[in-house]
Amino acid sequence: MCLGVPGRVVSIEGNLALVDFWGVRRSVRLDIVDEPVAIGDYILNHVGHAIRRIPAESIEETLAMYEELMAGDENDPMTADVAGEIAGAAK
Amino acid sequence: MSEDRLQFRTAATVRELAQRLARVADRPMAVMHVCGSHEQAIARFGLRATFPENLDVIMGPGCPVCVTDLPEVDEAVVLAKQGVHIASFGDMLRVPGTVQSLTDTQSDGAQIHVVYSPHQAVELAREMPDEQVVFFASGFETTAVATAAVIVDDNLPPNFSILSAHKYIPPVMEIVAEMPQTRVEGFLAAGHAATITGWGIFEEFVERHKLPVVVAGFEPADILAGLVELATLVRDRTPRVVNTFPRCVTREGNLPAQRELWRVFRTIGGQWRGIAHVPNGNLRIRDEWSHVDARKRFDIDLQSLWDYAPPRLAADCICGDIMSGIASPNDCKLFKNACTTDAPVGACMVSTEGTCRIWQQYGGGRPSLVIPSRADGAESPATGGELS
Repeated sequence: MCLGVPGRVVSIEGNLALVDFWGVRRSVRLDIVDEPVAIGDYILNHVGHAIRRIPAESIEETLAMYEELMAGDENDPMTADVAGEIAGAAK
Repeated sequence: MSEDRLQFRTAATVRELAQRLARVADRPMAVMHVCGSHEQAIARFGLRATFPENLDVIMGPGCPVCVTDLPEVDEAVVLAKQGVHIASFGDMLRVPGTVQSLTDTQSDGAQIHVVYSPHQAVELAREMPDEQVVFFASGFETTAVATAAVIVDDNLPPNFSILSAHKYIPPVMEIVAEMPQTRVEGFLAAGHAATITGWGIFEEFVERHKLPVVVAGFEPADILAGLVELATLVRDRTPRVVNTFPRCVTREGNLPAQRELWRVFRTIGGQWRGIAHVPNGNLRIRDEWSHVDARKRFDIDLQSLWDYAPPRLAADCICGDIMSGIASPNDCKLFKNACTTDAPVGACMVSTEGTCRIWQQYGGGRPSLVIPSRADGAESPATGGELS
């Protein structure tokens, strides 16, 4: 639950961003993010809110770790948490 | 996927960090982390097998569901029995209260809904304007910020309110540090929570207790690097705050998020399940938002619940001792016997962030295995073998 999940911002309308999580597109709220977010940025989503903008230099390794996590089965607690964070963004 | 991309946890990096850790931990020492995600990563990537014998890495009260106190679950159960729709994170539903869990109330006809975010609970309320919907909110400050943002910003429907069981981590570190029987000589703080609060928040703690705090990320190499730093500070008796996760965590943290958090919540003292009364450990909704506070909106009669049936919590559950770092799951006679992921007795076995659940899932403790040697790069035979 502490992890959140990274995604790429596709479009922004007001304080809502459409974010792509490995092909799944969801709405994420931008009201508590630490820095201004632009299209193409990666954010960390936690329960439907972007809690930080991921610095460009750490995007690759962040995504690599999550891809490893998502390869687990549904009983894997980390896999379940990551799936839950994607589900936490609004459809 | 390129080699570079995976460098943060290549066998070579992890092995080198593990060897440095073994050199630094030159006497028996115990450190504590306070984050379920740290324990998950330690267990999932088999890191405990690389820890030196001298170093005990304990999971503290880092699972918000696990430290939610019985009467807090009872409040949600009472509301559910009154016909209120309860929305909560999935982990919360099977946690036993004094008499029942929320899942138990469903068989009596109560309306319980799993949501993945506070916002989904608001949507639920919009979909059923004639029903009362209460979001039973659990989680540490990182999650409480999201609840705060919903309270402040949403044009909330009048049938929506919040029962806050949110908890605030820094005060419980004080409690653990002051426990007379504690062996903990340093803390590993969770990177993403510190993203919100900033690392500066730990300076007073370090000053007061003369115990070092190191902020660490969640990748295997991040965790090992954090532990190397922490063990060095413990060895050298140089208590200070070190941030080994600078790409996410600043001294000040996420200021807009902190503003929302403290606009909506205040801290009060309260019991953390199995641990202690924690001064300032609970986040409660401020009076100016009382129109969305379920505790103000409803008369929650706990006594009638307690009269209705005798307590049935297993007296043998030692979740509290485990979260205080005094015992490990292997010390509990229920662990993997009467208490399993399929039929949990204590909250530590319910939540995906609970120590017992994580240990049952991945195998916990210190597996008896040989760290793969530098030359052969052989895979670890236990707990996944993902170091290579």
